[in-house]
Amino acid sequence: MIDLQLTALLLAPLLGGLLLALFGSRRWAAELNSLMSFCTFAASVALTIRVIDSGPQVAFNEQFFIDQFNVFLVALTAFVAFTTSLFSRPYMRIEQHHGKLTTSMLHLYYSMYQLFTFAMLVALTTNNMGIIWVAMEAATLTTVLLVSLYRTPASLEAAWKYFILCGVGIALALFGTILLYFAAERVLGQGGTALLWTHLNEVKGELEPTVLKLAFIFLLVGYGTKIGLVPLHSWLPDAHAEGPTPVSAVLSGLLLNVALCAVMRSKVLVDGSLGTHFAGNLMMGFGLLSVVVAALFLSRQKDIKRMFAYSSIEHMGLITFAFGMGGKVATFAAMLHMTMHSLTKSAIFFAVGHAVQKSGTQQMENIRGMLQISPTVGWGLMLGTFAILGMPPFGVFASEFLIITTAMHDYPWTTPILLIALGIAFAAIFGKVQPIVFGETTAKPLPHSPALIPVFAHLLLVLILGLYMPPYLANWYRQAAVLLG
Amino acid sequence: MSIPFTTQIIYLLASILLLVAFAMLSQRRILSLINLFAWQGLVLSVSTFVVAYSTAQHHLYYSAVLTLLLKVLVLPWLLHRLIRKLNVKWDVETLINIPTTMLVGIALVIFAFNLAAPISQLSESITRGLIGIALASVLLSLLMMITRRKAVPQVVGFLAMENGLFFAATSATHGMPLVVELGIALDVLVGTFIFGIFFFQLRETFDSLDITHMEKLKDDNS
Repeated sequence: MIDLQLTALLLAPLLGGLLLALFGSRRWAAELNSLMSFCTFAASVALTIRVIDSGPQVAFNEQFFIDQFNVFLVALTAFVAFTTSLFSRPYMRIEQHHGKLTTSMLHLYYSMYQLFTFAMLVALTTNNMGIIWVAMEAATLTTVLLVSLYRTPASLEAAWKYFILCGVGIALALFGTILLYFAAERVLGQGGTALLWTHLNEVKGELEPTVLKLAFIFLLVGYGTKIGLVPLHSWLPDAHAEGPTPVSAVLSGLLLNVALCAVMRSKVLVDGSLGTHFAGNLMMGFGLLSVVVAALFLSRQKDIKRMFAYSSIEHMGLITFAFGMGGKVATFAAMLHMTMHSLTKSAIFFAVGHAVQKSGTQQMENIRGMLQISPTVGWGLMLGTFAILGMPPFGVFASEFLIITTAMHDYPWTTPILLIALGIAFAAIFGKVQPIVFGETTAKPLPHSPALIPVFAHLLLVLILGLYMPPYLANWYRQAAVLLG
Repeated sequence: MSIPFTTQIIYLLASILLLVAFAMLSQRRILSLINLFAWQGLVLSVSTFVVAYSTAQHHLYYSAVLTLLLKVLVLPWLLHRLIRKLNVKWDVETLINIPTTMLVGIALVIFAFNLAAPISQLSESITRGLIGIALASVLLSLLMMITRRKAVPQVVGFLAMENGLFFAATSATHGMPLVVELGIALDVLVGTFIFGIFFFQLRETFDSLDITHMEKLKDDNS
């Protein structure tokens, strides 16, 4: 049974949230935050080992369901949440030193950070399509006050936009969930089991196709707002640019994945019920549009965090596209790309955060010569940029290569579009990051030493996975890809 | 073929719900808007109660009580308190063009009914036409959020959208599992609290609750 590991996994961040709500303004709050995140990570490792050994299983009266697909996201989420908590310790101290944050703001930040992790983990592990919705909404609620943490006019505007747009989006997803229940109730009967994913998956062939079609459109538009799919993406660059950097890192690296997981769960049901590729085609369309539009917007950006936010839209589009194509290879590639993107993008945000602190601005034309003032931040940013742009030998190259070769095989007409978009993105990002790293500097040293271990740990992982994928890991991903079909 | 009495009542309540949604769309005064929202909650609660009675689903009684507490008492009370504290009780929204909004609203209702028509054909339950009405009131609330320029009416629109969804859940599908409904109710409550905190932060920063101040974040000038 996995009850024990699952309880530990969910209890650690919940307890962390409560403890930090009580003691969040103490001096050791940052350490407590990292400790609780580490406990969550340890529990996720235990859970992962268990599930890979003994296969998918349900727990707690079937309310939770763990298979190879979601346990991979659980491990990724817990890992990045842990490293981000390590990064945020010195980062937030420097922000406090610069007078941008007060102790009470930090108090809010720490307890919300843990509760946000909790909401994401519930959304990933639950078996109930209704609870997925509740947890996704809870994830929005816990982060909205974090986006407006600095209380500047711009951050308030970003948070309001985030709240309203994601609120509307998620309301549409609720309508989709209701329609799903409407279809399920006719097969599974009234009561508790009709929203359980495992039960729905067993009877997906009998569910009413017309209802499920409509339900999927609502679910995709709803959760798609959260993924940041074009044209529902407009909250994403604002929230990433105006929120504190650790929040940008977890929003970009984790929350988007969790929303995509919810869409994938729905896709498996809907395509199974229809017997066609309806859901997959919709996802491919939205994904392709996101890749192209985000690539075009990249070159217009002046704010560094905003630019990398658009890069997140581009990569989430690519992942959605790959999941939409379906089949074992594409799904495998999509999951690999999810991992690589989460690790690389959070590493980039860590480096960007310190670069912004050193130069005191997010405007790229005023950030110059990072290598001179701090070689580690400079190299972290440069290598991270290389990695996210898909340069070999980093892992992003491997996953992008797999996605594009699969596209070439299954949908040849999409290949030139993808390649051109990736090329435009490359030119835009590289052209802007290069002078930031090299060149003359005006930046100042920081009052606390920056946290760079997370940056290089993430990049090292991405590098290793690009060069050599352990058979154990490859096998795990392959099993998950088979589950999703 | 005669329609059972309870079904007729539910249809009557559904049409009142839609009517209230239109009334909210055209209401300029913030105070009246909140009162309309409370009335909508009451209609919702009564219709849930009637569905519970006619289908003998006991957990729907809990939903009805929960709706009554949350949407008729707690949320309107919170909103009243907020607008009193923020001194926007007598605020009037001037920018909206009511006739055009109404016409767009009617078009949305027709669209919603068309979209829901194939689903309504399928349902054997007594309340088959209701998905269309629920979708229509969700879309009307969405329209209200788009047309408003002040923060409080936008939030009322948001909550009214939730009402429409809840109506779809209870009346058209006889209620989601209770644990889901409780979760949704908790989210809405916490959401309203956070909106409240937000209003004060907005006021502190912009000196008003007019969201036209908040159109600075664009791609070019940032």
